[in-house]
Amino acid sequence: MEFLSKVFIDPFVDMVAAPDFLMQVVWEGLVSGVLYALIALGFVLIFRSSRIFNFAQGIMVVFAALTLVGLHEVGVPAWISFALTLGVMFLLAVGIERVVLRPLVGQPDIILFMATIGITLFLIGGGELIFGGENKRMITEELGIPTGSVVLEPFGGLLILEQKDITAVIGAVALVVALLAFLNYTRMGRAVRALGDDHQAALSVGISLQTIWVLVWFIAGIIALVTGIAWGSRAGVSFALEIIALKALPVLMLGGLESITGAIIGGLAIGVLEKLFEIYWGQPLLGGNTEAWFAYVLALVVLLFRPQGLFGEKIIERV
Amino acid sequence: MLDGAETYITEDGRTIGGTVMEMRNITLRFGGVTAISDISFDIREGEIRAIIGPNGAGKSSMLNIISGFYTPQEGEVWYRGSKRPQMKPYEIARQGVARTFQNIALFEGMTVLDNVMTGRLTHMHASILSQAIWRGKAEREEIENREKVEEIIDFLEIQSIRKTPVGRLPYGLKKRVELARALAAEPSLLLLDEPMAGMNVEEKEDMSRFILDVNDEFGTTIALIEHDMGVVMDLSDRVVVMDYGRKIGDGTPDEVRSNQDVIDAYLGVSHD
Repeated sequence: MEFLSKVFIDPFVDMVAAPDFLMQVVWEGLVSGVLYALIALGFVLIFRSSRIFNFAQGIMVVFAALTLVGLHEVGVPAWISFALTLGVMFLLAVGIERVVLRPLVGQPDIILFMATIGITLFLIGGGELIFGGENKRMITEELGIPTGSVVLEPFGGLLILEQKDITAVIGAVALVVALLAFLNYTRMGRAVRALGDDHQAALSVGISLQTIWVLVWFIAGIIALVTGIAWGSRAGVSFALEIIALKALPVLMLGGLESITGAIIGGLAIGVLEKLFEIYWGQPLLGGNTEAWFAYVLALVVLLFRPQGLFGEKIIERV
Repeated sequence: MLDGAETYITEDGRTIGGTVMEMRNITLRFGGVTAISDISFDIREGEIRAIIGPNGAGKSSMLNIISGFYTPQEGEVWYRGSKRPQMKPYEIARQGVARTFQNIALFEGMTVLDNVMTGRLTHMHASILSQAIWRGKAEREEIENREKVEEIIDFLEIQSIRKTPVGRLPYGLKKRVELARALAAEPSLLLLDEPMAGMNVEEKEDMSRFILDVNDEFGTTIALIEHDMGVVMDLSDRVVVMDYGRKIGDGTPDEVRSNQDVIDAYLGVSHD
């Protein structure tokens, strides 16, 4: 009885008793969730336009952040490093399309997936060679991101919002809105969506496979850079960042591989739920550190009931 | 005048002009298999040109060469009076060659309207920036393109399914949507790969009517592949007959019908 009450009653009593603390937990969860969603968005974009499951999305986050910090270390002003990093991500996209994707056109999906693991290893090796393996500090202030905090007092309690987290959320929302507008209202965006549906048909209406692939990998690179700055300013820049990128996998399972809405909602849901579970169930009952596995278990449960994810395309085969 | 060929008027009053596309001594091999050997023929402005032949004759391969999906080992493709260099399919599409596919290649997740709109991609030139702020040229372009698309949708009688995702449509309608998308590009040459494959008699009649109307109303030059002899003979101005990768006949439907090689290929011949 006592155990049941600890699982089903006490946590909720705690939540109601300290609503300001609950809000704090949800906020922290939302901030991580936004970053999970961004990484998942990079995956979805590439998957939709090429059916490639891009394992390298996570390492692209690290690589982008390292390039930014590395350039600043050798004396390049912050904003110029930012612009140069964008340039590097563009060159990376062109390089990947030329060297990896183009020769593999028409190969089975699994081959392309393996190729992205190759890209991952290449970026890890290359990144360590150039920038070294130690943890670096993100150049948050130098980029003009405010680092103070906002203190609110809801319900007579205390709610502390870090300004850099607020900036990260605003930046992420702006990026998503821009991306959706691009995909839905521009000629290139229409081409990206078309290409994801059918390569042959896309070619027959005059869409260049190569151009679009470079474009989506570049956009994925931009997303990686923004994610890298946001996450790096919380936890520093190192290859450990890649671990958080793996969180995008349960997000994708939850949201569905093809859906942008799914990536966003999946990311936010996992961010918030894993934080709530950790604070109210994990720490008191399971000794904490549940954030390492909670997302995966949640994704598994969803898979049992909806194999295509919450927003994925249901595959109907005509017989 | 594009080439030396004489302009003439058909019995039903359509004008057939000079040569639009000419295939010269095309040979295509896949490894050791010769899919097409040394075939030449031309397509003239405003005509309906059919390529027929039994299964495996190399018809689709020929269409894929015209649209750039395959590159022949030997031979030349001449388009509008000049030799065409090796080009990618999307570049050829931008030159005004539109096509449909034998096993339907549509954007299943998008609506009929969006699918047909993709056919207009080659006609949109506004920059990303002006599209992003949605002003002037981009807006005008979108409206113009939309008008053209609606016209084609009306023409092919698919108004009622404009907003339906293509994935949900039955086979016959998908074929029609694919034709609409190809037409939306306002092609100077329209390639149809088995437009009537897998259709019932009624659907075939509809499709035949649309093909004739497209040719008549827009003056579109059409090259089509079909293996249903009856349909082809009624539809086309001139017919190329292929068998085992060779050309065995070329001419008006009547000429082809009375060609002994063609009769042999279709009805079989006893080797005694």
